[in-house]
Amino acid sequence: MTKTGNILKVAFRALGRNKLRSLLTALGIIIGVACVVATIGIGEGARLQAEDQLKSLGTNFLMIFPGTMTSSGAKTGWGGSSRLSGDDVDALRREVQTVAYVSATIRTVAQVIYGNQNWSTSIQGGEVDWPLIRSWNLAQGQFFTDQDNRSASKVCVLGQTVKTNLFGDEDPIGKMIRIKNIPFKVVGILDSKGGSTMGQDQDDLVIAPYETVRKKIMGTTAVGAILASAASNELVPRAQEEITALLQQRHRINKAAGQDDDFMIRSQTEMLQQAEEQSRTMSALLWSIAGVSLLVGGIGIMNIMLVSVTERTREIGVRMAIGAKGGDIRAQFLVEAVVLAITGGAVGIGLGIGIQRTVARFAGWPVSVQPNAIWLAFAFSALVGIAFGFYPALKASRLDPIEALRYE
Amino acid sequence: MTQPVIEIENLTRVYQMGDTELRALDGISLTVAPGEFVAVMGPSGSGKSTLMNIVGCLDRPTSGRYVLEGVDVSGLDRDARASIRNDKIGFVFQSFNLLSRTNALENVELPLLYSKKSKITEEEARAQAMKCLERVGLGPRWDHTSAQLSGGQQQRVAIARSLVNNPAILLADEPTGNLDSKTSVEVMAIFQELNEEGKTVVLITHEPDISDHAKRVVTFRDGKILSDVPVTKRRIAARPVPAEGAAS
Repeated sequence: MTKTGNILKVAFRALGRNKLRSLLTALGIIIGVACVVATIGIGEGARLQAEDQLKSLGTNFLMIFPGTMTSSGAKTGWGGSSRLSGDDVDALRREVQTVAYVSATIRTVAQVIYGNQNWSTSIQGGEVDWPLIRSWNLAQGQFFTDQDNRSASKVCVLGQTVKTNLFGDEDPIGKMIRIKNIPFKVVGILDSKGGSTMGQDQDDLVIAPYETVRKKIMGTTAVGAILASAASNELVPRAQEEITALLQQRHRINKAAGQDDDFMIRSQTEMLQQAEEQSRTMSALLWSIAGVSLLVGGIGIMNIMLVSVTERTREIGVRMAIGAKGGDIRAQFLVEAVVLAITGGAVGIGLGIGIQRTVARFAGWPVSVQPNAIWLAFAFSALVGIAFGFYPALKASRLDPIEALRYE
Repeated sequence: MTQPVIEIENLTRVYQMGDTELRALDGISLTVAPGEFVAVMGPSGSGKSTLMNIVGCLDRPTSGRYVLEGVDVSGLDRDARASIRNDKIGFVFQSFNLLSRTNALENVELPLLYSKKSKITEEEARAQAMKCLERVGLGPRWDHTSAQLSGGQQQRVAIARSLVNNPAILLADEPTGNLDSKTSVEVMAIFQELNEEGKTVVLITHEPDISDHAKRVVTFRDGKILSDVPVTKRRIAARPVPAEGAAS
């Protein structure tokens, strides 16, 4: 005779006797587990999404910004120093072997006009390496050449959003548009990249040769930022170190004397870490809700199991009289608590997956149902059942059979 | 001489109630041979329930010796006593004590669940339980729950349950206390039949009508045995024929 099978049967029957009570008891566990499953799923979905978008920045991406500068004791914010120069860019290209591509960039916002259409967009200046660094292909035409850059030719490449807004269905290649009243010839159209992590439309830009934008549109000597791409993923940290060393040397920054860098390097890895940090904060919040919910659920289970033990004192007495040992009674009530918790857990998993799907649909995240989240949730609910079912089960097993039989 | 089933020597059970000591059993000695049918009588508070708890291994004596089928069980711990109860004692209670919402057959099977005598299959357990149910004339009602059975039928299921592990003694505590006189006679008829087949029966009651069905009556008063006499004018309860599933 299978003892385990019978204990399970008895447990299900006992729980089925009070369906509403069992459901209410399991509710804490249901919510807790749903939280765990949804958290892990949503967190994972958001992480994948962020990763995807950061990868769309380019591969092995490094970005060098001008840093703070202290003038007469007052520190400017990031970008306050304009000490990144064209020479720095050349030196970088020449001397840092771990870097595959380098491009000076500069950006401004301006109104672009074509015929009777106009559109305000981000005008970016870049060099020929720019599309290689950003791993951004062209949909039509071609990118401008190094010659275009050196001679500050008035050519440009449009993002998909700008193209749609200015040209509609018209073919823009070879057409002239005006940026700040300067005519530019459209030589190419970028592929669509979609929205970024922050919800910006990445396709809303015009890219023109760096020198053209710097001289003709902005009239400045400062480099906005330098984009670079390490030769391989493993070389990213080394490239970062080498660039730092080179720029410190060139800018005569004496770290030992306590001077701060007047530039800042951010790598893709760091940006990824930052995005992960954000999703971790959100996860921590949901985890604490899940934890509290499981705790409350566990207390609910303990409470109801104690009631159940009292209600069934006589049954316990009978079972003991006909030969049930303390361990048999303990096992029976423990199994009942665990069955309650696990059933709650299973419902919670279903609910959690539902929540996750809904959130994913609204946020446009990829749905990723994590099998390990489901196992984790399952293990958690079983653990709660055992932890909070143990005391009532112990209490039941310690009843005196004589008193239990006499109990009304 | 055959080995006695129950051998009690100088048994006492003292309850400590605050400062006062209550001697529920005060140095009693009693021997029951196999195949006996003993009725234990006495007013409430005479110690007969205490005796039943000790004989049934639900409780331990304060002092003295209780030997059940040659084994001294007076000093066993909880789990060991649970095993003895499962193996050697068949309980029948005044209030039947069947599990509610559980059918007759499953109730009868219950002791087998806790049995460690031998690993028997589910089918064997079922067959054994069915045999016991048929023995008390309730074979056709095996799937009725206690709510669907009359008091007499419930008590018969309880008797079947007490028989299922083939115990050394049947220990019945006021088994007719909740039954009307007609049903009581039917239940007593079953005990008499089982006794005829060789089962040792110990019956606790305070009704002379019921104790007359036994072969020997032991009367208690104030924790001591007042008298221990054979029944002279024994009543033989006749079970109505056929008893199969008869409304009782």
